[in-house]
Amino acid sequence: MSRYLLSIYQPDGPAPEPEVLNKIMADLDVLNQEMRDAGAWVFTGGLHPASTSTVVRVNDCEVLTTDGPFTEAKEHVGGLWVIEAPDLDVALGWGRKAAQATTLPIEVRPFAGYRE
Amino acid sequence: MLHISEIGQIFREEYGRSVAVLVRVLGSIDAAEDAVQDAFTEAVARWPDAGKPPSPAGWIITTARNRAIDRLRREASGREKLAQAALLHGDEHGDETEGIEVDGVEDDQLRLIFTCCHPAINRAAQVALTLKLLGGLGTAEIAHAFLVPEPTMAQRLVRAKGKIRDAHIPYRVPSGAELPERLKSVLAVVYLVFNEGYAASSGAGLVREDLCREALRLGRLIMELMPDEPEAKGLLALMLLLNARSAARTTSDGGLVLLADQDRSLWYRDQIAEGQSLVRQCLKRNQPGPYQLQAAINAVHSDAAQPVDTDWHQILALYGQLLAMEPTPVVALNRAVALAEVEGPAAGLAAVDVLELGHYYLFHAVRADLLRRLGRNTEAVAAYRAAQERTDNDAERDFLEGRVRALTTTGPGLAAPTSDDPHGR
Repeated sequence: MSRYLLSIYQPDGPAPEPEVLNKIMADLDVLNQEMRDAGAWVFTGGLHPASTSTVVRVNDCEVLTTDGPFTEAKEHVGGLWVIEAPDLDVALGWGRKAAQATTLPIEVRPFAGYRE
Repeated sequence: MLHISEIGQIFREEYGRSVAVLVRVLGSIDAAEDAVQDAFTEAVARWPDAGKPPSPAGWIITTARNRAIDRLRREASGREKLAQAALLHGDEHGDETEGIEVDGVEDDQLRLIFTCCHPAINRAAQVALTLKLLGGLGTAEIAHAFLVPEPTMAQRLVRAKGKIRDAHIPYRVPSGAELPERLKSVLAVVYLVFNEGYAASSGAGLVREDLCREALRLGRLIMELMPDEPEAKGLLALMLLLNARSAARTTSDGGLVLLADQDRSLWYRDQIAEGQSLVRQCLKRNQPGPYQLQAAINAVHSDAAQPVDTDWHQILALYGQLLAMEPTPVVALNRAVALAEVEGPAAGLAAVDVLELGHYYLFHAVRADLLRRLGRNTEAVAAYRAAQERTDNDAERDFLEGRVRALTTTGPGLAAPTSDDPHGR
């Protein structure tokens, strides 16, 4: 089995209308249960908006703290899964379901140094 | 005595088969390529004296596998690699000669094509990987064919192979619901390879021909291994019918010859016969797709002994079907050319003028030809000029210049009665 990170790319700005959001949350519950039942689920979590981010850097022992996300963009990672899958095709299958549930693009990326 | 260049030729021919088998055995593209390279080194040392083995493919695969075992033993640092070496060693004496591993080599090649053309890899890298791993072309040759610097191409290949390894892109033919989309991607790559060899009419002739030959070989392999896929059959038919005209479509100095002006005695009869037979099989099957329809259109062209014999009604109907399936302006432009043959240049021009293809040189070339046939010579010259501005291909530019010259030196209505079929290649 390999491990993959599924990142949700979320546009900055206000959250969707409650009825839209409720549908998404319900779909996500179904998907998470499906992942658990299949033995693919390792971890999942949603994030607060990128405006709540803080970046910390260390230059010559000096700590520099800046307000905001690391990259300036119109969308940022809004949540993630860690899943296990035998190969990329299976991982992309979960990615497709995640994209359908969230209605957002999902980036699928393999973890290094994990192979069981 | 066997010369090294002959050994190189044999390795090149057997490269795709050998690498495909070894990827399955070794589970790694890099290891498979290294092993085949090692086998080549050994062949250069042994074949000139010992002679060519009875089955070079079997020899290469067996030798490459044994060299891979040696490598694993040498490099074995962790338990995993030792275990892998032991596993490979286990059947080393099972069939030392040849045969058993070569069985199913076509299936391995098919697996490798689907891996190379996986949608998680970008199209340019899919094409490069397919040519490298299945076609046995060198990085320098591929770079040359696609007009990119060699380090760029090497980088592209390394990145794609790294992604296959690290993201665990599987080595298998996709099943059921996945297959149609995945096959589309494979066929698109093969057709891209063909077009790259076919469409560029000048420069690097040898490599260009290699690309066409390789595309035909891959197309044939896919069709034979997936006999139930009519589009695979359609693609091979299309490539055969186009390739059959390759000797007639350029002049000795590299100029472009339109379909209507080609010397049809130069067409390769056997390729036309095979292409037409495949089209007939597709028609019987009656599951049309874009490649089958394009093949059918070219089969109709190939049927005509002279341009005037061309069954334009049938071509128009086929373009209508293709347009319904792929409603793109370029298909509509081709249909308009057929329409002009059936209903006259005015009808063709009306169909062309509504298309949003102002950036496309063939749009202007087709307009120019229709205007010329309508006797609107001043507008025709302007349209030829507009076409010239939009192509970088010297042969095409020269051709358009010739048309302008013909229009400005002869009176109205006296220009050549041929059509600028954008499919006329």
